[in-house]
Amino acid sequence: MERAGGFNLEYAPAPESVAPVRLASQYGLFIGGEMVEPAAGRLSATVNPATGEALAEIGVADAADVDRAVAAARAAWEGGWRDLPGAERAKYLYRVARLLQERAREFAVLETMDGGKPIRESRDLDIPLAAAHFFYYAGWADKLDYAFSGRRAASLGVAAQIIPWNFPLLMAAWKLAPALACGNTVVLKPAPTTPLTALLLAEVLRDADLPPGVVNIVTGDDVTGAALVAHPGVDKVAFTGSTDVGRAIGAELAGTGKRLTLELGGKAANIVFDDAALDQVTEGIVNGIYFNGGQVCCAGSRLLVQETVADTVVGKLQRRMDTLRVGDPLDKNTDIGAINSQAQLDRITELVASGVAEGAELYTPPCELPERGFFHPPALFTNVSTAHRISREEIFGPVLSVLTFRTAEEAVAKANNTPYGLSAGIWTEKGSRILWMADRMQAGVVWANTFNRFDSASPFGGYRESGYGREGGRAGLLPYVELVA
Amino acid sequence: MSDLLAAEPSTGVADAVAGVRITPVDAVGLEQRAAGLCTRSIKTSSKAAALDLSIRVMDLTTLEGADTPERVQALCARARRPDAADSSVPSVAAVCVYPELVPVAAEALADSPVAVASVAGGFPAGLAPLEFRLGEIGWAVAAGADEVDIVLNRSAFLSGRYQKAYDEIAAAKQACGSAHLKVILETGELGSYDQIRRASMLAMVAGADFIKTSTGKIGVAATPPTALCMAEAIRDMAEQTGKTVGLKLAGGIRTAKQAWHYLVIVGETLGGGWLAPERFRLGASSLLNDVLMQRSKLGDGRYQRREDYSVD
Repeated sequence: MERAGGFNLEYAPAPESVAPVRLASQYGLFIGGEMVEPAAGRLSATVNPATGEALAEIGVADAADVDRAVAAARAAWEGGWRDLPGAERAKYLYRVARLLQERAREFAVLETMDGGKPIRESRDLDIPLAAAHFFYYAGWADKLDYAFSGRRAASLGVAAQIIPWNFPLLMAAWKLAPALACGNTVVLKPAPTTPLTALLLAEVLRDADLPPGVVNIVTGDDVTGAALVAHPGVDKVAFTGSTDVGRAIGAELAGTGKRLTLELGGKAANIVFDDAALDQVTEGIVNGIYFNGGQVCCAGSRLLVQETVADTVVGKLQRRMDTLRVGDPLDKNTDIGAINSQAQLDRITELVASGVAEGAELYTPPCELPERGFFHPPALFTNVSTAHRISREEIFGPVLSVLTFRTAEEAVAKANNTPYGLSAGIWTEKGSRILWMADRMQAGVVWANTFNRFDSASPFGGYRESGYGREGGRAGLLPYVELVA
Repeated sequence: MSDLLAAEPSTGVADAVAGVRITPVDAVGLEQRAAGLCTRSIKTSSKAAALDLSIRVMDLTTLEGADTPERVQALCARARRPDAADSSVPSVAAVCVYPELVPVAAEALADSPVAVASVAGGFPAGLAPLEFRLGEIGWAVAAGADEVDIVLNRSAFLSGRYQKAYDEIAAAKQACGSAHLKVILETGELGSYDQIRRASMLAMVAGADFIKTSTGKIGVAATPPTALCMAEAIRDMAEQTGKTVGLKLAGGIRTAKQAWHYLVIVGETLGGGWLAPERFRLGASSLLNDVLMQRSKLGDGRYQRREDYSVD
């Protein structure tokens, strides 16, 4: 395109202030309403992925600590939480929601420092949605008798909840809010690389006067997680994370009588028909795969685009990718922040290399990556076949594979040609086609003319290797109740 | 994809736009993207650059029935040198007036880089007989207008008589001669973003050098999603035909912050090549003072008083 006497609108650095965050040098475990030292005294550093520098030392809970936490949760459940009227439990949840809102800026900055996601996302999505989730389930706490017609909902007991690193506070909210609303007590285990907002949440829970032991937070590694899952005092396990770990948990719990819900990986198809609003499609694709650097289980990592508009869409997409700003996650103009850890960056790099080796064509926009920290540019693969690893395996990074289709039937076949089934996107101006496609998608969440939209009232969860059970909405109560006549 | 003139497949216009496809617009997605662009944080050196740029692309406008030659002369003086106390402030792009005042503006702006723009063609409704409208355009150009802002015939467009709307713009383009033609879509009357996109394509194919949002005479004027919608149409036009068309946003733009939101929308959608007076304009009457105030605040950290700036 011809360029006249143009102007390069550069954005000067606009860093969010870190002043609201007060970091301790060391954090213990939150058990029975107190911060306590891990029994064995083991600590591990949590790192700012944008700089590679350690932020704080975090306690690593072992089996003895897990035992203490489960005992505290059990005592709190038996000691009154299960018998508390729903309206009283709701008061605590509302209080937590309000405190999260009051301290939203602090939570957002801390989330970005510990996890590497852009401040724009933690500020506009993660924290507001976390607060919304507490508000939403606070509303259910005193209406459980009417949630399941003709049956009463009884609490289960102690829930063990293991959450991932991609949406640390939001996943904590998704897990805690329905469990508490239904009268359960909880032992929550945050991910090893992103424990800080969960520990700040512990402060909020204390400020909300939540009775001691109702929520316990044990930081640690996979040994901690395994001890928690295996603990006989646990009545229910909820896990969000990788399919491999989910499968192992499923095998371990088989026959134990413990309830289990799993929210695992995905390889979502984002399907674009030729009559769609192509400029908004482009935004939707970008939001689908580059949101949180693609470290999203429901990311639209496979783009299925109708052959007649494939070149147009890829052209628009590449042009849009050129404007994505990769860099300091704390800068308010950053679109793509840091990858969560060196290990994750290595995995992404390895899979991108496999795509190139298998013959797919790689496009990355010209962008300067910061010298330190863990960063990956947005990547787009064309000439991808359904046999390539990049179109089959979950990458969990900013990497999109483009495939084409001719007919709606072919789109359905290709979209469902994955062991996963978490989400799908359909882009067309034709309403009847949206319904026809949605009926045929083997995915728990189907978005039409949008992608990666979340709402507390809307159930979220998977099919097949993406797990089972739903979070959000009325359906999100079910994993935490026993229905009795 | 829908053809521009699907309602009139056999008309000459369909031939004229052969190869130009119009993609639908999803309102939710468009508004979401526009809102996202408006969260860009413009600080320090970027703010200074954005403020100067918004002066350089400004069409300083007065379109009141009560306009006087003196008021236009004062406006022209400000257009040449927006801040009497600070010679580093650039001139604006153009002064925009009614045809009757074109000779006054042309004289006041002689030997200056500031262009004379005139509304014409039965502004603001465009419902006068075509020959009068074309005559008014010719008159304004002969009187010294470098640029002519006309309105799309919404009566024709909204009733599906696209050929008529197209032919009128093509005729206006001819009547302009060498003067630049800006076509006002009056987006607030078009009813949907799909219609805005369609009208944008129609005006561009018919010969518009610029497409412009609004007359400023109705309640709904330029908005961020509207600006984005039109910028996307311009981008499609350039990609499909190689023709570059400018964008003018007008109506309700009063603050420097609004101005730089629009710079961000245009810059990120069309690229830096559009951030120049040849391709981008902000039509405004009261914007200049706020930009000058912000500019001076950036310099010495203090806000000036309103009284320090001209009311015209």
